Amino acid sequence: MSKILEVKDLSIAFETYGGEVQAVRGVEFDLHEQETLAIVGESGSGKSVTAQSLMRLTPMPPGKFTSGSIMFNGENLVDKSDKQMEEIRGRDISMIFQDPMTSLNPTMTVGKQIAEGLIKHQNMSKKAAHNRGVELLKLVGIPNPETRINQYPHQYSGGMRQRAMIAIALACDPKLLIADEPTTALDVTIQAQILDLMREIQKKTGTAIILITHDLGVVANAASRVAVMYGGKIVETGNVDEIFYQPKHPYTWGLLSSMPSLDSKEEELEAIPGSPPDLKDPPKGCPFVTRCPYAMKVCENHMPEYTDVSATQKTACWLLDERAPDVEPPQSARVEGVKTHA
Amino acid sequence: MARYLLKRLVYIVVSLFLIVTITFFLMQAAPGGPFASEKKLTPAIEAQMNEAYGLDEPLHVQYMNYVVNAFSFDFGPSFKYVGQDVTDIIARSFPYSLILGLEAIFIALSIGVLLGVVAAVKHNKFGDYTAMVIAVLGISVPSFIMATILQYIFAIKLGALPVGRFDTFWHSILPAVALATTPLAFIARLMRSSMLEVLNSDYIKTAKSKGMSQKVVTYKHGLRNAILPVVSYLGPLVVSILTGSFIIESIFGIPGLGSEFVQSVTNRDYTVIMGTTVFFSVLLLISILIVDLLYGLVDPRIKVTGKGGKS
Repeated sequence: MSKILEVKDLSIAFETYGGEVQAVRGVEFDLHEQETLAIVGESGSGKSVTAQSLMRLTPMPPGKFTSGSIMFNGENLVDKSDKQMEEIRGRDISMIFQDPMTSLNPTMTVGKQIAEGLIKHQNMSKKAAHNRGVELLKLVGIPNPETRINQYPHQYSGGMRQRAMIAIALACDPKLLIADEPTTALDVTIQAQILDLMREIQKKTGTAIILITHDLGVVANAASRVAVMYGGKIVETGNVDEIFYQPKHPYTWGLLSSMPSLDSKEEELEAIPGSPPDLKDPPKGCPFVTRCPYAMKVCENHMPEYTDVSATQKTACWLLDERAPDVEPPQSARVEGVKTHA
Repeated sequence: MARYLLKRLVYIVVSLFLIVTITFFLMQAAPGGPFASEKKLTPAIEAQMNEAYGLDEPLHVQYMNYVVNAFSFDFGPSFKYVGQDVTDIIARSFPYSLILGLEAIFIALSIGVLLGVVAAVKHNKFGDYTAMVIAVLGISVPSFIMATILQYIFAIKLGALPVGRFDTFWHSILPAVALATTPLAFIARLMRSSMLEVLNSDYIKTAKSKGMSQKVVTYKHGLRNAILPVVSYLGPLVVSILTGSFIIESIFGIPGLGSEFVQSVTNRDYTVIMGTTVFFSVLLLISILIVDLLYGLVDPRIKVTGKGGKS
């Protein structure tokens, strides 16, 4: 499996009236064919900005790349002109958004919205694009595609709209599919269907997927690798099993603890106290220091380097330093019975 | 669709009836009558005149006659201009107002939408500021001042266009522009704000993520959604252009329907008031119906059906 995406030291900042917000600070990850990388983290951790900047969809200005590179197929996307990006968007990389109720154009038939990309990127005739549209709708499991293709989005249900959105994203067989919280706005029953669909399609087409989510259930269900983001940085990354069964970062522990489980007798939901740091004035040390129950003096002023826990797992935490005391993850962060997909 | 149209037609008839009734009683409530003038008529002659025009009958009989006449579109002769039927007056003067109105609507719509889109696309840049300065000027300068400024510059100083009257197409340009300024400015502002909102919406991001160029995104995906508020403004626009045309018509010396309408009111010319009111109302109600049908065409979410009107 070859590497198709390599993000190195990526930093993105936004100019605002209140000052420069450093939304993403030195993010690094890579992605291979057929792989699904989940980027998890709470609101404001920079995960959506990271994902959208891979397609250069973050509005610039006010946004700007302050450092780093995005190597996709051997080309640096940071240096591409807008015109060059138009060629890549939709053909090589495409995206699924969070809210299917608003992400389809209400005044255009679903068929036309699918056909647009095909006509632009593959020089298809209108007729051919229409036929391919019917196939795509069938692929994503929409019944009666021949009739449905001529309907408007408001005639679709929420789950069907997200399926249509996936059909649009898949139209040109992209090498990379970015799904920005694709199931957040859907009913739980529909969520599972959409995740199954994405997995099935990945098996058929071999596309790599980046899945942005804050739902660890979705991660367990769909991802093969996980990157945990906090305060604009990736604090821990590893295979899905490693993140669930041997997490090393206190923030990951917090995330796992706050995942409700059916077995536990606890009435109350666990939460991580406090709120994420203000990225207008990012902390010098570890961004999690103010909320970390195990914080030490060193955490305040020095950002920890990544420690290789295994060949695939990397964690940025001072607790892994040999001079640090041994800390066991809390009982609530132990997950049992979570079936991961990998 | 047929059911919907039928239903709307019934509404139109009901509204017309209400308009006709209110106009009648307002006319009666206003002091004076068609034959009141500086030179007092002898009581005998006045009584004769009143009898000839049926003004001596009791109020409810007059009202009945009036309603029947209104719905048969037979308004009878003018009280003021001897030998002229109301229908003649309308037939003579309406074409001027129609041409003027259509030209003004065309100018207001095309330039207003264009300015609004430019302002939204160049948000907070030079193009935006220019368009909005034009819009604010257009809204704050009343049409009669605009008219005289236009006359001064283009007719008197430059001599490029005729200063008044209405003979050729060239005569219609200045009054149409003057009539169009305020709605143009309003449409530009409406279009700007709705386009800004649309350009920030999720489906625009989707279109971009498909690799569509800025042009396709703006015009193919944005415009049709953003133009909806403008379409719904078309109804009131027709009203403002029709009623606004009186001032413009008198400034440019155009014998249009707007000036007839206002003159008939000052003259207490009952039949002409009635005729022009009914005519304007029909025009208005039909243009609103057309706007509603148009709305259904632009936005597929609005279905035109008989059940429960618009849904």
